[in-house]
Amino acid sequence: MEFITVIILALFVNNVVLAQFLGICPFLGVSNKVSTALGMGTAVVFVMALANLVTYLVYFYILVPLGIEFMQTISFIFVIAFLVQVVEIILKKVAPPLYQALGIYLPLITTNCAVLGIALLAILKNYNMIMSVVYASAIAVGFTLAIVLMAGIREQLDINGVPKGMKGFPISLITAGLLSLAFMGFSGLVK
Amino acid sequence: MSNIKHLLNGIIKENPTLVLVLGTCPTLAVTTAAENGIGMGAATTFVLVFSNLFIALLKNLIPDKVRIAAFILVIATFVTIVDLVMKAFVPALYATLGIFIPLIVVNCIILGRAEAFAQKNKPIPAILDGIGMGLGFTLALTVMASVRELLGNGTIFNIPILPEGSTTILIFILPPGAFITYGYLIAIMNRFKAKYN
Repeated sequence: MEFITVIILALFVNNVVLAQFLGICPFLGVSNKVSTALGMGTAVVFVMALANLVTYLVYFYILVPLGIEFMQTISFIFVIAFLVQVVEIILKKVAPPLYQALGIYLPLITTNCAVLGIALLAILKNYNMIMSVVYASAIAVGFTLAIVLMAGIREQLDINGVPKGMKGFPISLITAGLLSLAFMGFSGLVK
Repeated sequence: MSNIKHLLNGIIKENPTLVLVLGTCPTLAVTTAAENGIGMGAATTFVLVFSNLFIALLKNLIPDKVRIAAFILVIATFVTIVDLVMKAFVPALYATLGIFIPLIVVNCIILGRAEAFAQKNKPIPAILDGIGMGLGFTLALTVMASVRELLGNGTIFNIPILPEGSTTILIFILPPGAFITYGYLIAIMNRFKAKYN
């Protein structure tokens, strides 16, 4: 039951992009086409679940025993950067088709603040290891949902006439605002 | 003279928030009240100035291949300093900004300036660039936060502006308001750019 609550909260109520403002850069940058948005989303799900698992282990089995919890930010960012590299190398060897599909999105993920943000939040929320991974996966699926929806809308926007000053970022941000407004309707979903 | 140019560059012409559209996450997240805008701006400016200075000083020692990792290490060090200092001295602000303080480390403005400016310039211009960019960021955040606070709460810096009992638009201090305000601010900036170029 607890799992379901966490998943619904992460997916709809506290959507990572539309309510928590994490991962806005890829959300605005890679949401031109539905297919690229899906690719990016899949890569994020993969990396985020893995990153939360590894940062959990690093925090509780290295930082806490040594009493250096203040090194959290530095160690986490390096773990994530390292992880992305490793995933890239492994995918290239083991699953070339998957690498072909996700390859170009992987380096972009290091700069996705959602990965670091969610790793830090999971520690803050005192989740255990399994919960932390479930939480990260649900958040990442929420990210995919938001970015795919956004891409769908933007594909339509391209065909429509947008005032000159509003082209590009402004209209995307306002669209995101309306999307966020719609997602606020989910807020009564979990008590 | 050219030093002043470095300083002013970040404030208007290459304003990181409104023109370059970098560092969007903290911009959207913390601008619910003008006070938070200034707090976040100050924290980011501190990190920006010191990381720019140290990268400009160390640029000849850092091998080109590992420069991004080295930059991130420098930035993360200063972010940790800010994190600990704010936790100790301004706990209330620290609690409001929350996760976005450690996330300064992935703020693309800082890595962007390290890569585009600090590693190619001497320490003094690098510091000025850091101050200018930091001020531009702070200014944009404060303007945006003031707009949101005024429309959503009727106050700026907690000082009531609207007459008592007037209706406020609550949505502006909620997440959707952040996106909409930011969108319009960039649109206004675009309009100015088109006019003066």
